[in-house]
Amino acid sequence: MKRILVVLILLCGFTIAQEKQISVPYTRVVLPNGLNVLMHEDHTVPMVSVNMWYHVGSGNEKPGRTGFAHLFEHLMFEGSKNVPEGKFDEWLEAVGGNNNGSTNTDRTNYWENAPGNALELVLFIDSDRMGYLPDVMTQEKLDGQRSVVKNERRQSYENQPYGLSWEIISKNLYPEGHPYNWTTIGSMDDLNAASLEDVIEFFNLYYAPNNASLAIAGDINIEETIKLVEKWYGEIPRGKPVPPIDPPAAKLTEEKILLYEDNVQLPRLYMSWITPAFYHPGDTEMDLIAKIFTAGKDSRLYKKLVYELQIAQDVIAFQSSNKLSSEFFIIATAKGGHALDELKNVIQEEIDKIKSEPPTERELQKVVNQTEAEFLDRLESIGGFGGKADLLNQYYFYTGNPDYFNEDLNRYKGIGTKDISAMAQTYLPGNGRVILSVVPKGKTELAVQKKEGGVK
Amino acid sequence: MKSIRYNVQCIMLFIFTMTFASSSFAQKADRSKVPPLGEPKKLSLPAIQTFELSNGLKVVLMEKHSVPLVQMNVIVKSGVVNDPEGKSGLASMVSDMLDEGAAGKSSLELADEINFLGVKIATFSRWHKMGLNLHSPLSKFDDALKIVADILLRPDFPQKELDRIRKERLTTLLQWHDQANMIAAVTFQKMLFGENHPYGRPTMGNETSIKSFSVDDMKSFHEKYFKSNNAYVVVVGDITKDKLVPKLESVFGKWAKGDVPVVKLKDAEQVKKRVVYLIDKPGSAQSVISIGRIGTQRVTEDYFPVTVMNTILGGSFTSRLNNNLREQHGYTYGAGSSFDMRPYAGPFVARSSVQTEVTDKALVEFFKELEGITRPIPADELTRAKNYVALSYPDNFQTVAEIAANIEEMIDYNLPGDYFNSYIGKVLNVGAGDVSKVSKRYIVPDKMVVVVVGDRSKIEEGIKKLNLGEIKHYKIEEVLGKKPQL
Repeated sequence: MKRILVVLILLCGFTIAQEKQISVPYTRVVLPNGLNVLMHEDHTVPMVSVNMWYHVGSGNEKPGRTGFAHLFEHLMFEGSKNVPEGKFDEWLEAVGGNNNGSTNTDRTNYWENAPGNALELVLFIDSDRMGYLPDVMTQEKLDGQRSVVKNERRQSYENQPYGLSWEIISKNLYPEGHPYNWTTIGSMDDLNAASLEDVIEFFNLYYAPNNASLAIAGDINIEETIKLVEKWYGEIPRGKPVPPIDPPAAKLTEEKILLYEDNVQLPRLYMSWITPAFYHPGDTEMDLIAKIFTAGKDSRLYKKLVYELQIAQDVIAFQSSNKLSSEFFIIATAKGGHALDELKNVIQEEIDKIKSEPPTERELQKVVNQTEAEFLDRLESIGGFGGKADLLNQYYFYTGNPDYFNEDLNRYKGIGTKDISAMAQTYLPGNGRVILSVVPKGKTELAVQKKEGGVK
Repeated sequence: MKSIRYNVQCIMLFIFTMTFASSSFAQKADRSKVPPLGEPKKLSLPAIQTFELSNGLKVVLMEKHSVPLVQMNVIVKSGVVNDPEGKSGLASMVSDMLDEGAAGKSSLELADEINFLGVKIATFSRWHKMGLNLHSPLSKFDDALKIVADILLRPDFPQKELDRIRKERLTTLLQWHDQANMIAAVTFQKMLFGENHPYGRPTMGNETSIKSFSVDDMKSFHEKYFKSNNAYVVVVGDITKDKLVPKLESVFGKWAKGDVPVVKLKDAEQVKKRVVYLIDKPGSAQSVISIGRIGTQRVTEDYFPVTVMNTILGGSFTSRLNNNLREQHGYTYGAGSSFDMRPYAGPFVARSSVQTEVTDKALVEFFKELEGITRPIPADELTRAKNYVALSYPDNFQTVAEIAANIEEMIDYNLPGDYFNSYIGKVLNVGAGDVSKVSKRYIVPDKMVVVVVGDRSKIEEGIKKLNLGEIKHYKIEEVLGKKPQL
């Protein structure tokens, strides 16, 4: 009988101890239906993690349906033709497993961690929803998860201090129509509008094996695993090619100064820029700049704002990396009695400084060392968010190379001090950013004030 | 509706055809039944090695050589409950201040050294212990150890850093006024244990106590409790005993012993009737609900039955609370329950954040489940919960930090040496009678503290009609205290 494999690549990895290389050796198989399968053996504990990425996220949503990709994620746990409602979780828990999923702008991931002897059960229930979800989809299921997701929005955004900031920022950083113009959670109106037709259409468009990748890591035998994957996923038909999202690159050419009054005690400042996409030139430098700014008491912005001047309660900078482009944020909360302009002025001085004067070798080395240490942590867990199975999928999705661990680390090691300044000059302009002040109700005088003549 | 059904049928047909076509080549998947499980493998952990340094300091090591990392937790067996009278929050402040200057190095010098190494050093305080966790690449472990020893044994507690952190903490207290979850947690512990019991007070202290801390307070607390005979060290990672001993000996071998006062807590008074504490937070999109009573201490023969019982009630995704409030009713994003087991009986709490409009209905469902758990549990539900807890146990032993935390628990509660290996069997041995016994013992729905933080104007009427018991109204400032002044 003919094997249905079309590609089989076996890569030999180096262990860290021998070569000082960080590597997660994997075996890749592509089924005829287009499903990419990535497998990695790790026998530390007798557990296995099955991790499926569908290459669809909130960026694929239609106008008027924001939040739909995430709502759909919820429906994937509500049963499929051969896995009755509620059984996905019950069967998994009954063998000692658990699961979760998440949605971002670019992709939706699902993972199940279970004892190794339950691998086939996991493949059965996960493949069943890839193949046979619409067969048993109902209005009741949709309405049920709509309520849950609306409560997720209430809990994680509306009932959180400063929780609605992200929505305002996305809307203002990206132009209308750009896939990153809205948040993954979506708006209440759009969640209310989602219909059963939308569910079926979305499934047919995006939830096909050729638009997904499956990583399996843990206490597995590769050959056995390949057979099981073929058995459970092989019968699922290939879908139509998925149209890529390819909007014109977003570019901000003005400084937007925005204000939001919230039910909070202290004002908070959000500064944000559009920056290079995940793993693209510049992305690495922005990661390092974020660390130079706020990683640790001795970092530049923390030291100034929180430690020395004590006008801020906290400050954090980070590069949020995505497929089309990324965002760089600096967020600081003022201490009582301080206005956000005070904070902004200090931050601006530090931005100007890093643009005009490269950091010292030692300062750069410090943040690279921190990054290098974090890479070791990534090798410890097989599953869950950020475990090895998830990372194989992440690297595959964003770079095409599942074992991108060493290249990923090397991109940080290869940065020079001048690169840092150059990228700060390019990507942290004063005339292309969104500044949002969130202030206590009625205290608009604490917000960053618009000035005549603009910012340099 | 009609057109939707039509669509669904079309898709079924399409998928069926394709399935049939492609599956004729492969091993056929039989989806009519759940595939059989293979034999479960046993978790085999490396041996736990216990030894003492020359000064008697106890060290527990588990070697794990898969990734070149070392986790070292240094534990001092005193904590928040050792806060002196009127100095609530001192242990927590001491732990925060440890790395703010030590052995003559300034706060920033220490931070620079630590961050240049790229290691993580986290000081912490808990109810009954405090200390420091070091997470380090093997290559940086020696350098990190020296810093760790300075921070733990030779902190300077500089006045200017105390002043700075005091301001940060007062600001944190102010920010709690925004956070419904924090308001609920503070109210719940206060109403459950009372302010005269350490478990009834926020571990961080209050405005008055925070303002009262002096450098001398810190120094005398440190002097009193940071003794080698009141401490132990857990190491997990890519290092052998032979290599580890001289390293630890050089930094901790001279750590002095001393007489350490032992604090005995009074048992808190159990909840005698059901009272609803309604804290008004106008404009809330959800109500934060915490319901519970005093549970049990960690060392009890009820430990495994309670763990299984709580898994059924609110300790897993398919648990009754989550299934009812989230999956059946859509009132919430999630609901659950937990027993926080400490050296003394800690809280049992069932909690959720629910849409404001359904607060009363959600409370009804909460109490339905709290009543229901005291009745006999169907066999398949019991088996599922036991399997879930038992068979997922190896998942807790993947990272060096997880393993170190598990070893700490063993030491803190003097659990038997074969604890990890016997865990699964003990869970699977729990019987229906055991669960029934502990559910009646610990879940007493008409004697519970019920905390609701939400928009009073929208939820009060509905709650009143439930007749759960007396309703006591509070403003946020009445439970958190007035907004602190810096």
